[in-house]
Amino acid sequence: MSAYNFAYLDEHTKRMIRRAILKAVAVPGYQVPFGSREMPLSYGWGTGGVQVTASVIGPGDVLKVIDQGADDTTNAVSIRKFFERTTGVPTTTRTDLATLIQSRHRIPETPLHAGQILVLQVPIPEPLRWLEPREAETRKMHALEEYGVMHVRLYEDITRHGRVAQTYEYPVLVNDRYLMRPSPIPKFDNPKLDMSPALLLFGAGREKRIYAVPPHTRVRSLDFEDHPFEVEHWDRPCALCGARGVFLDEIIVDDKGGRMFACSDTDYCARRQAEGAIGPNGA
Amino acid sequence: MSLGDDRPLLSVRRLVKRYGPQVACLDVGFDLWLGEVLGVVGESGSGKTTVLDCLSGRVAADGGRVEYATAVGDVVDVRRLDEPRRRRLLRTEWGVVHQNPRDGLRMGVTAGANVGERLMALGARHYGGIRDAALSWLTQVEIAADRVDDLPETFSGGMQQRLQIARNLVTRPRLVLMDEPTGGLDVSVQARLLDLLRGFVADLGLSAIIVTHDLAVARLLAHRLLVMRAGEVVESGLTDQVLDDPQHPYSQLLVSSVLHP
Repeated sequence: MSAYNFAYLDEHTKRMIRRAILKAVAVPGYQVPFGSREMPLSYGWGTGGVQVTASVIGPGDVLKVIDQGADDTTNAVSIRKFFERTTGVPTTTRTDLATLIQSRHRIPETPLHAGQILVLQVPIPEPLRWLEPREAETRKMHALEEYGVMHVRLYEDITRHGRVAQTYEYPVLVNDRYLMRPSPIPKFDNPKLDMSPALLLFGAGREKRIYAVPPHTRVRSLDFEDHPFEVEHWDRPCALCGARGVFLDEIIVDDKGGRMFACSDTDYCARRQAEGAIGPNGA
Repeated sequence: MSLGDDRPLLSVRRLVKRYGPQVACLDVGFDLWLGEVLGVVGESGSGKTTVLDCLSGRVAADGGRVEYATAVGDVVDVRRLDEPRRRRLLRTEWGVVHQNPRDGLRMGVTAGANVGERLMALGARHYGGIRDAALSWLTQVEIAADRVDDLPETFSGGMQQRLQIARNLVTRPRLVLMDEPTGGLDVSVQARLLDLLRGFVADLGLSAIIVTHDLAVARLLAHRLLVMRAGEVVESGLTDQVLDDPQHPYSQLLVSSVLHP
């Protein structure tokens, strides 16, 4: 423990990352380059998120780590352990008690409140990446707000599939200015970005970019007037807690084609069950 | 700008582009008036395409003035225009048709999206409206409406070229720059494309600059001609005049090189 500085990163690196974060907060949705460090974690496992968390975490924080909505999957467990060892701060699985949440692929079902920080891990920060291969050109497109090509992509989706087939990383316009890739959260979570009372930070380690959605910022999912943005919905409740209007995971339960749909957010599901809620398959 | 103004749509003076010691174009100058088609002819390597690229800003010229009279009536020096305005001008009042349709089309998306792209770039956000515009323009360039959802890859060369034209004309540009629009097409397909272009020039009052090495194309489409050689304009004048009574030795050589079947 004493071999490491608090939260692993040295103080100069934290200062550099905090500067990038401040800039990101000042220009909502703008991708700020930063000097991403080697972390004791493979790229793609949340090196960007870990660096952002390490730079903003303090001794008074309560940390929660989510991977695909769950608190008990490999990525969540190892990152939580990492910060337990390098900071000694208390951790929790409860969304409402955490002050700092690092997440991969989900925004919790429990509404975030003012004062909380949600850190999201981002694999590819550039929303125009698969439409325009040149980095210099995408930066120019951001600078000049030339985002028409993203609508070309949505047009293609509607033409081929009758609806926008993009279900995650659904592009959003932040503060009516910057086009942003909201990390690979399902589009179900996109409305939670809009006017969020919590600070949302996005870190991409391999691509060396940080961006942010400050509290109470307008975040609009792109759409057409005659094909408005819609989120996924399920025609059944969570099999375990009976919740409706939440994001459900499909879980294969045997090798005879049996499956059930349960909350992706394990904390939300467990707390509902503890309060006595029960779904069709609930124990 | 109304036709009554005695100001050309585009006025180019002393345009220079060098690649190191190599001169790509030297002191090229001309005026283009509204509704006029200017042909630029010359052999390969004479600097025709460089002139076009310098106008569209794809290549930065080393010197000269390119003054354009915009739709709202002010005159801008395109070379000194800031980048947002220049790019906007290229998307709205100008169009560029490339020799190779792959340079001008988005090959990975359907014909409808190709035509709709400029509309969406200008803020169109109604899917049905964009699609209607795409269908209308496909019909106008003689592409069957049921091909609207096909990828350009499935189109023939002539169709791709016409799709490229539709994609440019959808925002009603006033000036279209074309680089060898009929290059690589067989003669009957060329003839159809030329007919189509002539129709658009007449009906929409388009102005165009057409770079070509094909004197027959120049004769059919262009009102006036510039003959270029080694980066310089050696002769200019009315198309018939230049082609029927060439004055410069190089123009004479060029005209006499063409086989008449």
